[in-house]
Amino acid sequence: MNTSVGIVGIGWTGFRPVTPEASYKELVYEAAVRAYADAGVDPRRDVDSFVTVSEDFHEGTSIFDEYVPDQLGGAQRPVHTITGDGLHGLAAAVMQILTGRFRIVVVEGHSKASNILTLPHITAYALDPILNRPLHANPLAVAGLEACRYMHESGATREQCAAVVVKNRRNALRNPAAAYGADLRAEDVLVSEAVASPITRLEISDHADGAIVMVLADDETARRLSPHPVWMRGIGWANDSPSLESRCWARAAYAEQAAAMAYRMAGIGNPAEEIQFAEVDDTFAYKELQHLEALGLCAQGRAGPLTVEGATAPDGCLPVNVSGGSLGIGHLLDASGLARVLEVVLQLRGQAGSRQLGDVYTGLAQSWRGVPTTSGAVAVLSSRLSGRES
Amino acid sequence: MTQRIASYPGTALSEEDIERGRVLSIHDRLRADYAWDAGLAIGRYLDGLKAGQILGVRCERCDRTVVPPRAFCEQCFAPMDAFVPLAGVGTVNTFSLCYVTWDVKRIAEPLIPSVIDLDGTSPPAGIMHLLGGVATDRVRIGMRVRAVWKPARAREGAITDIRYFKPLRRG
Ligand SMILES: [Zn+2]
Repeated sequence: MNTSVGIVGIGWTGFRPVTPEASYKELVYEAAVRAYADAGVDPRRDVDSFVTVSEDFHEGTSIFDEYVPDQLGGAQRPVHTITGDGLHGLAAAVMQILTGRFRIVVVEGHSKASNILTLPHITAYALDPILNRPLHANPLAVAGLEACRYMHESGATREQCAAVVVKNRRNALRNPAAAYGADLRAEDVLVSEAVASPITRLEISDHADGAIVMVLADDETARRLSPHPVWMRGIGWANDSPSLESRCWARAAYAEQAAAMAYRMAGIGNPAEEIQFAEVDDTFAYKELQHLEALGLCAQGRAGPLTVEGATAPDGCLPVNVSGGSLGIGHLLDASGLARVLEVVLQLRGQAGSRQLGDVYTGLAQSWRGVPTTSGAVAVLSSRLSGRES
Repeated sequence: MTQRIASYPGTALSEEDIERGRVLSIHDRLRADYAWDAGLAIGRYLDGLKAGQILGVRCERCDRTVVPPRAFCEQCFAPMDAFVPLAGVGTVNTFSLCYVTWDVKRIAEPLIPSVIDLDGTSPPAGIMHLLGGVATDRVRIGMRVRAVWKPARAREGAITDIRYFKPLRRG
């Protein structure tokens, strides 16, 4: 990289199971106002480009990208929308800044999941219409199929998956923004209703509403604007085959590829040594284990035992989802990846309140787009620039 | 038929099979139901319509009044919460005679969608609605119109609580 990209502003609204008092535009406006105040920028004067992420079927509006400018201060300005996770939006913003033609770029993602009355039907419509939909299995079965094969090959157990739920929902108790903090026992998770074996109800993240906005800037601008820019050391994204018939069921190949790309950019050779903490996708409990292995943060088959031993707890050697993750915060649809990044930024700034980790300067955020996708992204963030103190 | 085979087994495809989509196609139906939270600004607007009133909102910074109301000014990005009642009288900014319904049916009498700049707003701030009570060949840009409301007991807090806008003077 001949220049660096820093996150200089963050703002969020939520996260709550329902937000009946505000429209999605008002949620986003609130998050945007906070992000701009945090960065010390005026969107109408200073921001060069806006990138948002959304899915038309999640909004109930076709060509939804037409509806995003006003609440961000982006009317009559360069704006575009990506049908992907928030980390895909972040990647687009980084690329725009690296062209040298944009100094300040804004990224937005939001969830109004509570407004979608038939969300399982929407998700089912992501299945292949000719080969898979006529079988009438709930798309949660796709997660069941993957969990089954992953656990078979890795040796992960149901108890280890339950330990992920207990940890993340307990972590959420220390996060005022989290919707689903709870003090559970592993037993509670194991005896909750079977949904798609081996997955039980408490191993599936519930949805939440909210909005997240981030302000990114080039090296020089970031240093001018922020006393504590968080640098985008590396970012990567990848897809496996979408086919349910021929994809890799045991490993999260998309996360392996996305991580390799991000590590290459960040100059990270040994992620298990260099990444101090991680926020990874935990849409389902087993996903946290599978993703940790795919990211190279532990050896294959080791994520489960390490979780039970407490290594991924906030006081462990590799804290994972200190924020509470999707299990504890609530799943934010397309904004979920930005929620992972948000926690990494707060930790690196030392602004994570009672859940602040001691002496951290490099963290990782990872996202997955949910069933039935094999689409994921990885970002490596640091309060220091590679090879020199910031 | 060959000499050796008198008739082939099975049932032949009929024209009807193809027309009705029994073969060569798959039918599927999406259930996509939403309950959008209207929010503060549009919530107030819909409440106003139920009461027979059109509410706009002012941005003091930009010195402009817009309708429908919104919680923030898209020009200067300041919050907006100074609601002002508008008279329900305005001027046709643009219109179209539309001979096709939203679900693509031909109609002999056209719908007349129009954007009406309401008195008291700062252009361009118009309300998108329908014109009615006017002959199609008399509709003009610049025509003065007023809101025709549903009776109070039939109003439900919806944009359709206004039936249409009609000319102030008989055309
Ligand atoms: Zn204004």
